[in-house]
Amino acid sequence: MDIHALQQIVHKTRDARRQQTLSKFSPAERDQLIHKYHPDFRASAYRPIRFGPNEGDKTVVELATLLEGDSSIQDHTDLTAHYTCDVLVIGGGGAGCAAALHAHGAGAKTILATKLRLGDSNSVMAQGGMQISVAPEDSPVTHFIDTLKGGHMQNDHALLKVMVEDGPSIAKWLLELGVLFDRQADGNLHVKKGGGSSKPRLLTCSDYTGLEIMRVLKDEVINQKIQLLEFAAAIELLSGEAGNCTGAIFKDLDNQRHVVVAAKCVILATGGIGRLHIQGFPTSNHYGATGDGLCLSYRMGAKLDHIDTFQYHPSGAVYPEQLIGQLVTEGIRSEGGQLVNAKGERFVNELDTRDVVSSSIIRECEEGRGIRTMSGRVGVWLDTPLLDVEHGPGTVEKHFPAMMLQFERFGIDISKDPVLIYPTLHYQNGGVKIDTNSETNVKNLFVAGEASGGLHGRNRLMGNSLLDLMVYGKRSGLTAAGRVGSMKQGQLTLKHLQRFRADAKKHGNVSGVISPMILPAYTRKVS
Amino acid sequence: MAQDDTNVIDQPEVMTPRMVTIEIAGKKVDVPEGITVVKAMWYAGMDVVRGVGCLGGFCGACATYYRTKDDPKVRTCLACQMAVQDGMSFTMMPSFPARKATYEIQKLKDPKQDLFNLYPEAPLCRNCNACTEACPQKIDVREGVWKAVFGDFKSVSEMFMDCVMCGMCTPVCIADIAPNLVALYVSRAQGAHFSEKPVGLDTRIKEIQDGQYNEEWDKVLKMSEKELAEHCATVK
Repeated sequence: MDIHALQQIVHKTRDARRQQTLSKFSPAERDQLIHKYHPDFRASAYRPIRFGPNEGDKTVVELATLLEGDSSIQDHTDLTAHYTCDVLVIGGGGAGCAAALHAHGAGAKTILATKLRLGDSNSVMAQGGMQISVAPEDSPVTHFIDTLKGGHMQNDHALLKVMVEDGPSIAKWLLELGVLFDRQADGNLHVKKGGGSSKPRLLTCSDYTGLEIMRVLKDEVINQKIQLLEFAAAIELLSGEAGNCTGAIFKDLDNQRHVVVAAKCVILATGGIGRLHIQGFPTSNHYGATGDGLCLSYRMGAKLDHIDTFQYHPSGAVYPEQLIGQLVTEGIRSEGGQLVNAKGERFVNELDTRDVVSSSIIRECEEGRGIRTMSGRVGVWLDTPLLDVEHGPGTVEKHFPAMMLQFERFGIDISKDPVLIYPTLHYQNGGVKIDTNSETNVKNLFVAGEASGGLHGRNRLMGNSLLDLMVYGKRSGLTAAGRVGSMKQGQLTLKHLQRFRADAKKHGNVSGVISPMILPAYTRKVS
Repeated sequence: MAQDDTNVIDQPEVMTPRMVTIEIAGKKVDVPEGITVVKAMWYAGMDVVRGVGCLGGFCGACATYYRTKDDPKVRTCLACQMAVQDGMSFTMMPSFPARKATYEIQKLKDPKQDLFNLYPEAPLCRNCNACTEACPQKIDVREGVWKAVFGDFKSVSEMFMDCVMCGMCTPVCIADIAPNLVALYVSRAQGAHFSEKPVGLDTRIKEIQDGQYNEEWDKVLKMSEKELAEHCATVK
């Protein structure tokens, strides 16, 4: 059928749905729904990791294969350093920029290396906002509780407490750098309510929060003249005599040469794994989200935490084809956008946590109440025009200019017609285990941002990612910078790699896979 | 699973993809109609390292010039957000050596005057409007440059909130202005110097420093798993 004919049911049922309130599921109902429909519980997609720090722990097959993968570096590789610094930051997204700025600000000689350009990251795409308890009726403790509930009580309490308490000072830092957060009439920060939160707590820059923060941080990194190595993909870390981290080897993607960087401390801020397309899911992630930091730190002996759980954002676009997997921001649901199945019915409280909402969408589609596309995809409607009906004409355009423009390019006016959505692979809930200084169990190896794990439990609450990046970027940068003054540069060796290879051999691992992946293989093989 | 066959969207372009001939950097290739410009490059067997970033229309890495069949007008787009059509030709914009001024944003004494020291070319706009026409985000760039020069920093910061820093406004400028960089400076100055200080934020920071939440923290952090779960259930 013509898409407009199928959309009619959404328009026809809108008035009746406006009157309707859907209560959230009880804890038992949530559990049941998630266990039955959430991709984290598809047992066939998982297998135990065969060796290394997380031997025996289960994760998705795609990740396990990469973690057990071999390095492209050979034993005889020349390890003479091309660059020497105090703090080496790997990754140019939000966490990397925050880490570099703080390390540099504290007087450390800092290098920021990134495999694409400075700022190419998931951070730049964050639309929903940044959770910080600034409202009078809110508190850091309430933020803690909400996050814990969202994470199924599995969050690391110490990491979480630090994040919520550091939040307000992070907002102040960003404001001083010139970030334009939305304001109330009285000049205070405007806060929106996010899914799974009991209080309005999302700081926003219209629907460009991540872009605005990243524009400013990138500019500041350049203004501070922090040394940049762009198009430099980290392919191996370096270890000292005691197994501590002492630097990294990069591949310059312009000329394929190795670049060796010696550093007293290394901060990995390499982001997530969306481009592994776990379980065949499309993804909202950027081109470089291939989990490189996980592979690198795993070979160094760093323990991973919660790597069996991923976030599938409820609203990835399904139509048109060109936008598949791209996010339709949660802000639309925050402002009252309803999810509607093919029968014109709502089926979940739209502001429940992401795992619950995603599971319920998958349920609707698996039970035949979805809308299919001819390319074999399926989805449910997100009633975007409802926002204009509820809050006045022009609301969608005013509050979601990025979304409007993205669909308008394909001739779709989301203020007039609903959009078709299905969960998309969005975030790695777990990652490398860190302490409250962002350090791993490998001395002088820090991990910040999405690559780290523990803070978000089994499901990250909307808006907590941007805060996580800033808080742990800052802490890693400051801790590393505070340490380097009394340190000597350690030796550059591959002892960790020899140990890893011996371990792999013992377990008969001959997968032949080289990790990290660096970039997904989208180029068609033309014969 | 039961599937209702009436709930299927017509997509003739998906069922029988029509091959179209396009030109990528001058080379003719056949690709399925309607795929994005960047996917067309992958389809043609090209490795793309420079020129791909977020793939979501936010990072500005994939700035591209294109022309449609028989139309002399060269337009701009983001390669991840544009569908190919028959007869289209395109090439990605290489890295452009625009000059970015460096500054300590917080230490500026008179940001509206400093604009002319940092970007002395900004007032030299000759109104050709090429920047506005080049913007894939539909920002009225020319108007923004003038507003910056006249000190209306607030308007500039609002107009350029959509700016993805692709830099396509820069090579076309006959006065060698980099409008996106001017706007970035202006927006940061607006935020750092001309926006109200949010009182509530300072209050919250002080509350945390003064240990106002310590008692509540002690209570929560000492709870057993079960107590904590019960407490969580009361917060709605």
